[in-house]
Amino acid sequence: MSGLYKVSVTVNGQAYEREVEPRLLLSDFLRHDLGLTGTHVGCEHGVCGACTVLFDGEPVRSCILLAVQADGHAVTTVEALSPNPDQLHPLQQAFWESHGLQCGFCTPGFLMTLLPFLEENADPSEEEIRHAISGNLCRCTGYQHIVDAVKLAAERRRESDG
Amino acid sequence: MKPAPFEYQAPASLDAALDILAHRVGDIGEAKVLAGGQSLIPVMNFRLAEPALLVDINKLAELDFIRRGDDGGLRIGALTRQRRLERDLSVAEVAPLLHETMPFIAHPQIRNRGTLGGSLAHADPAAELPAIAVALRARFRLRKAGGERWVDAADFFRGLFTTLLEPDEILVEVAIPPLPARTGWAFLEIARRHGDYAQVGIAALVTLDDAGRCREARLVYLSAGDRPIVAREAARLLAGQEISPQAITAAADKASRDEMEPFGDVHATAEFKRHLARVLTGRALRKAAERAERTKGRAA
Ligand SMILES: Cc1cc2nc3c(=O)[nH]c(=O)nc-3n(C[C@H](O)[C@H](O)[C@H](O)COP(=O)(O)OP(=O)(O)OC[C@H]3O[C@@H](n4cnc5c(N)ncnc54)[C@H](O)[C@@H]3O)c2cc1C
Ligand code: FES
Ligand code: FES
Repeated sequence: MSGLYKVSVTVNGQAYEREVEPRLLLSDFLRHDLGLTGTHVGCEHGVCGACTVLFDGEPVRSCILLAVQADGHAVTTVEALSPNPDQLHPLQQAFWESHGLQCGFCTPGFLMTLLPFLEENADPSEEEIRHAISGNLCRCTGYQHIVDAVKLAAERRRESDG
Repeated sequence: MKPAPFEYQAPASLDAALDILAHRVGDIGEAKVLAGGQSLIPVMNFRLAEPALLVDINKLAELDFIRRGDDGGLRIGALTRQRRLERDLSVAEVAPLLHETMPFIAHPQIRNRGTLGGSLAHADPAAELPAIAVALRARFRLRKAGGERWVDAADFFRGLFTTLLEPDEILVEVAIPPLPARTGWAFLEIARRHGDYAQVGIAALVTLDDAGRCREARLVYLSAGDRPIVAREAARLLAGQEISPQAITAAADKASRDEMEPFGDVHATAEFKRHLARVLTGRALRKAAERAERTKGRAA
């Protein structure tokens, strides 16, 4: 007797209302119910970080949150990053230029993890960057180019702020 | 859908949550409290757990607090997120051991959801917070419909993923007493990757007397048995002694040889974990003793 529950959630600034089973994961809700397939699912048990989204502004794993728990909250996914289809977000641009991705499966999770990190850390050291991404797995890049991308994004942010 | 079907309730008050649990005890299937979900949902995704009912306590703002206790210590609500503990200034001041340990727990994405109470109730012997709670002599307040009890952290953990909690009880609050004067602390662990569960870890507290000798030491290990392991004999060897290299070696040998039962796994044999524990004990004792020296004048 699991029944359906009403969820009212704001995703990328847009309000949605849906009826869902309580066992529906937030990651599947985003992908299947809302069609936002930018959020990727790798492990589905909290280990790989591919499914990272912002929940009320803080990065969380959407695969170990229930959609019903998002009721009344605001979620931000990777789809919110680029201002229009022809322009990348500066962090995405830096990933692209630094070869911070190969297959790209892990990339949405890295981006959503790094977005709030860069807001709190204007000039992160390599060690701080590596700590920040320690909860995200990438099978392709070996991480070095991701670290480069973060440095580049931070540098450009400082320049445009300064 | 990953998890098996379950009924879901998200009560708006603690009393309502306790009532739900009280009525479900002995009923078909199992009712589970859902806090941060960072341990529970993964095991449900694997269908290693198939609770019939989830009682989501995330709406209980009354369980999300950090305040100073009358004794100068801390009172922390069970639903307080790990990330908040990490950032809170009163935690850094009153319980520096806890503050310093927080970044070792998983990753920021996990700590944004994971709660203090959830980690304690989960009772993973590889988790940091149970060992820290035991080291700090924390006390836990457990509530059920129409009753409550306080238990010592050291009594709470009964074995692998097993605690004193009854199915109709909720851990609501953790009380941490202030550190005695001239007390130093250290937390160290070895993990293969930052944020991973530790192969072995230690929380150490050293209190010095006026002559600079060890008045009391407390050594608590994680991943060294089926629950947080307190090395009482090793601590006894240190009491009344100067924290000399010889005393440290004797204590580290005692603790790692006779007072723990680490499980071997694919990454480390039990013997290797004992070795790590011995080395970490030395480092932790030196660091804690140094800090105790420096806190000289500070009264509790
Ligand atoms: C990838 C990954 C890495 C991790 N690494 C670490 C690590 O290095 N170290 C570490 O310590 N932890 C680690 N964790 C676990 C994390 O810290 C969890 O947050 C924590 O173990 C459980 O807290 P929670 O609030 O999420 O509890 P939940 O998952 O909601 O609950 C866990 C259990 O406790 C019960 N419970 C929860 N709250 C209460 C309460 N107030 N009263 C009674 N019962 C309650 C639940 O019913 C359930 O059985 C990791 C998790 C993941 C996914
Ligand atoms: S899919 Fe969520 S952490 Fe791997
Ligand atoms: S780019 Fe392929 S997994 Fe990271």
